Amino acid sequence: MTIIEARGLHKAFGKTIALNGVDLRIDEGRILGLIGPNGAGKSTALNAILGLTHYQGELKVLGRNPWIERDQLMRDVCFIADVAVLPRWMRVSQALDYVAGVHPRFDRAKAESFIAKTDIRRASKVRELSKGMVTQLHLALVMAIDARLLVLDEPTLGLDILYRKQFYDSLLNDYFDRSRTILVTTHQVEDVQHVLTDLRFINRGRIVLECSMEEFESRYLELTVHPERGAAARELKPIHKRQALGRSILLFDLKADTIDRQQIAALGDVRTPSIADLFVALLANKPGNQAGEARVNDEGADR
Amino acid sequence: MNTQSNPTPESRHDSQINEAQGIAPAAMSATRPMYWSVRRELWENRSIYIAPLAVAAVYLFGFLISLFWVPRSMRGMAAAHDLTPPVALAMPYSHAAMLLTLIAFLVGIFYSLDALHGERRDRSILFWKSLPVSDLTTVLSKASIPLVVLPLLVFAITVASQLIMLLLSAAVLLVSGTSTATPWAPPLFEMELVLLYGLTVLALWHAPIYCWLLLVSGWARRATFLWAVLPPVAIGVFEKIAFHTSYVGSLLHDRLFGFAAGAFDLKDKAGIPVDPHFIPLTQLAPGRFLSSLSLWVGLMVAAALLAAAVRLRRYREPI
Repeated sequence: MTIIEARGLHKAFGKTIALNGVDLRIDEGRILGLIGPNGAGKSTALNAILGLTHYQGELKVLGRNPWIERDQLMRDVCFIADVAVLPRWMRVSQALDYVAGVHPRFDRAKAESFIAKTDIRRASKVRELSKGMVTQLHLALVMAIDARLLVLDEPTLGLDILYRKQFYDSLLNDYFDRSRTILVTTHQVEDVQHVLTDLRFINRGRIVLECSMEEFESRYLELTVHPERGAAARELKPIHKRQALGRSILLFDLKADTIDRQQIAALGDVRTPSIADLFVALLANKPGNQAGEARVNDEGADR
Repeated sequence: MNTQSNPTPESRHDSQINEAQGIAPAAMSATRPMYWSVRRELWENRSIYIAPLAVAAVYLFGFLISLFWVPRSMRGMAAAHDLTPPVALAMPYSHAAMLLTLIAFLVGIFYSLDALHGERRDRSILFWKSLPVSDLTTVLSKASIPLVVLPLLVFAITVASQLIMLLLSAAVLLVSGTSTATPWAPPLFEMELVLLYGLTVLALWHAPIYCWLLLVSGWARRATFLWAVLPPVAIGVFEKIAFHTSYVGSLLHDRLFGFAAGAFDLKDKAGIPVDPHFIPLTQLAPGRFLSSLSLWVGLMVAAALLAAAVRLRRYREPI
């Protein structure tokens, strides 16, 4: 079943175009990462999906128009916008009371048991909690809601690595199942590489890469070249090249079908690239890039 | 990829059981989000009840001190001002009611100016909007604070304060051995009825003011007070300078104070002005008030302002 279906999503703030014809489709049971540089349109896309911003184009979330039906939609959709939106004056117990009061699908006992695993005290005010604890509290509230779609917009911004790890661990272990769907944007891509099932790169208001993680793993290959094989490797037209500790690291896109895995493996050590490396390969240093196509022109990579 | 290897079907199953038992969305009463939204406002804005309580406490303390010379002063005051006994007796009680009503007005104004602004300033609007509470419910819950909650609260606090004053007076009279044959208590029950009427009148009459402030608080990015006050004043000044008329000025004045002439007969049958410290029930004019055009025009303006505020909130994002 399709959870989110967006076609030709367009949004401009004055002369700045935030979304320039975004097509996005998410099926039930997927964890989709929307990755892009600052100002790429990630948050605008999420805000449109959540009914927080007006847009042009077609958009259905769980079959509803989010702009018109936000309040009904929020029975089945949860979101954590970023770490600092829980009202600072609120007590933990008040947050529980309030969400239990207004949300028909909130399981209070579940939220309490999540909170019991943390150091959060129920009498504390949000302003007295550390940034990490506020995130834990928000996550506890959200995970106790029996929602079908969870939207996370930079949920771990500014948190240390322990909290970040814990955050995604609890999401996977205590929340996610095949009947739920998660849409997440983040700059901390290394945290989500093994969490995602689907990947989208967004740049300048357009989707520039669209693949599942299985596809990602079979399609992209990173080669650490044996020094004497450098010239041979470059002939295979890598899409990106960088130097690390004096060795050349090349990134290949196998979709072109002109090269195969064995051919590349013969030239050095191969592994699946990180999302961050692919991101850099596809999006970095391309000021003139019209963003429509992710495919990188060969000259640019070869130099 | 091991991310999908741990499905937890129990939670789904639980929810289905819940739905079967009727704890599902449809079963949730429509008034519940409203109730919790109003409670939320009281959690956040504790000045709504702390301010009138503090003022009442200070007033009661002052009253207690004054009781030590009350019999003398009461006679002196009545003689000096040539007041009829109920007015003289009612005076400290009605001062308490007037003071608390004024405080409620001030609290209501400052509350309304911040209601839809604060949530954008501290970004918590993103949290509120992540819950299944409509913009209509949110705005109505915020409007209900100055229009319903504060008047009821002031009524309760005033009645409680006046009863305490009555008990204190009785105790002082007993202890000092002053004769209770002379009248010492005002007609409190009648006063409370008039107070309830007056607070209702005020809320209805001032509704467009509060709704205007709510709309401005949802619209302005900063300086909500200036945005709320300067435009009407500027229009009034412009009218005065350009046309030498003052329709806008008198309209504003009437919206602030016009309730008195509209809802009360300020002169008794003999044509003598009624002392505002004690307005007997016979001087209330609910029929005239409810049939006055300006009340209903005001209420329609209030409704239009609220509708605009509801619509505006849909577009609002953190500032």
